[in-house]
Amino acid sequence: MSEAPPPPPPGETKPGMGVSEVSHTKRKVPQPYLQAAAPEKKVTVPGALWQGVKDTGAPVQRFLDMFGGHMIMMAKSLAWLPRRPYRPKNYLEAAEYIGFGSLPIVLLVGFFTGAVMSLQSIFAFKAFDLESFSGGVTAKAIASELGPVLTSLMLSGRAGAGIATELGTMRISEQIDALESMAVNPLQYLVLPRLVAATIVTPILGLLFFCIGMGGAWLVAIILYDVPQGQWVANLRNITAPIDVVQGMIKCAFFGFMVTLIGCYQGFNAQGGGRGVGIGTTRAVVLGSVSTLILDYFLSDILLSIFGSGRGG
Amino acid sequence: MRTSEIIGDSPADQKDPRWHIRVRGLTKSFGPHLVLKDVDLDLERGKVNVILGASGAGKSVLIKHFMCLLRPDKGHIYVDGTDVLSLSPKQLSLFRRKFGLVFQFAALFDSLTVEENCAFPLKEHTKKSTSEIRDVVNDKLVALGLDGTQKKYPGELSGGMRKRVGLARALVLEPEILMYDEPTTGLDPLATRNVDEMILDTCQRYNVTSVVISHDMASVFRIADRIAMLHDKKILEAGPAAMIAKSQQPFVYDFLHASGVSAIDGGRTPDSSHAAGHGGSIDKLGGDPT
Repeated sequence: MSEAPPPPPPGETKPGMGVSEVSHTKRKVPQPYLQAAAPEKKVTVPGALWQGVKDTGAPVQRFLDMFGGHMIMMAKSLAWLPRRPYRPKNYLEAAEYIGFGSLPIVLLVGFFTGAVMSLQSIFAFKAFDLESFSGGVTAKAIASELGPVLTSLMLSGRAGAGIATELGTMRISEQIDALESMAVNPLQYLVLPRLVAATIVTPILGLLFFCIGMGGAWLVAIILYDVPQGQWVANLRNITAPIDVVQGMIKCAFFGFMVTLIGCYQGFNAQGGGRGVGIGTTRAVVLGSVSTLILDYFLSDILLSIFGSGRGG
Repeated sequence: MRTSEIIGDSPADQKDPRWHIRVRGLTKSFGPHLVLKDVDLDLERGKVNVILGASGAGKSVLIKHFMCLLRPDKGHIYVDGTDVLSLSPKQLSLFRRKFGLVFQFAALFDSLTVEENCAFPLKEHTKKSTSEIRDVVNDKLVALGLDGTQKKYPGELSGGMRKRVGLARALVLEPEILMYDEPTTGLDPLATRNVDEMILDTCQRYNVTSVVISHDMASVFRIADRIAMLHDKKILEAGPAAMIAKSQQPFVYDFLHASGVSAIDGGRTPDSSHAAGHGGSIDKLGGDPT
């Protein structure tokens, strides 16, 4: 290949030639600005050991990083709560999306959870002729555990994922930056209304889960398996107290807040295009579900120590 | 290295009306990564100021400092002679309304219609009634050749039209400074020319200071009054477009010519009218507005 002609000296341009005139001559582009390759690092035994320790600890560091990130986002968002403008429309829209939007799936899951719980306990108690206890057992389980946990899992799969995708898309398409450039705080505009709405509507969803679940349980026990209704209701009252339902609703408030916070955080910190949004959404669902089950244990422990196990009466 | 046209650094000099934005000694790093180091830059009032630089050189980071979306580790930013870092959060919120930012891909809210997108800043920051807001928005949309798109969603518009809606949204609060983040990236040559004309026409019509970050050489020399070259964390060279076109600085020379452009025509002359010779008003831009 022949040597390319030397570039014209800087500053010498042909008069009349516009920028649109493109040179088709191949020229060697000088590249004195590329950095020289870094010299290879010498590996020593202590260095390798230290690197091993660091690599082992990396997941812990990542976890703490993420946990801290969630806490900071929560604190920064809540700090905007008392400040104007309040934008009630954003709160209502978030409540509509998280609450009303999740209602069909929550009711469907609630109904069949109650029904199957009732069915299983009828068969379990049949050996002792105690089928009438099935209502109480079902109510206790749904009110304090199944209701809040399953509602939260449904919320994580639907609202958590939805929020992560929406905010993630807004992040990668610079809509969140646009909000900031228009002097609108994105945490106040996007995150806070969702957190508040979820905290309010999730207990309502949990309560509805309980109601429809007991409807399913009643249908199976009374209509399908001819359990005497009087005994069924009396045992239900003996075993389950209103405080169990209240405990469940308190759990729901925490779960709703947490699942939404995780969804917001994953969306807000999405990066790298569609794949990044996908990863954020997946993480929102997985983290939301796992955290629900972990938090459930600790919340149960705390709530039981405060309220005790409710006795019906 | 200082820019080639620094007049002075005393507080009185920061109020020189010729310069709308002055940056002094700006240093910014993200964690261990130093992005900008001792950047000095002056942006001229009422002109099209282009910040040139390779991808990832820190151009976007730099312009985000102008409106204090990012705070520098070191240095000062003076806008109209005011040190923006000394502003309280409340003052900062008011101060940001001086700016309009047009994003690379418009960054329109996809859940809102074109009209709602443009009305958004007015709803947030003014006490105008709904009908007043609608009038302002319609005026801007008509001026930018977007009449008839009011009820459409951003997803239904072409790339060029979305950019114009982005500009309309940036214009509704009547900013003094308009910043364009790589406005012509990813557009075909005709759309690029239309966007260039839009920038020039807006600059003239609304008498705003324009800040354009770009690495599209053909476009840059069509629109720029002044050019600043950002490289290796600092401003390598800054000055009128004609001066930069004839730069002897090796990197600037390579950058200008590496795109295959065989000769630079010296940019726009400082006295040339914005619209003259650049295709006229935005109303005549290509693309079906409906």
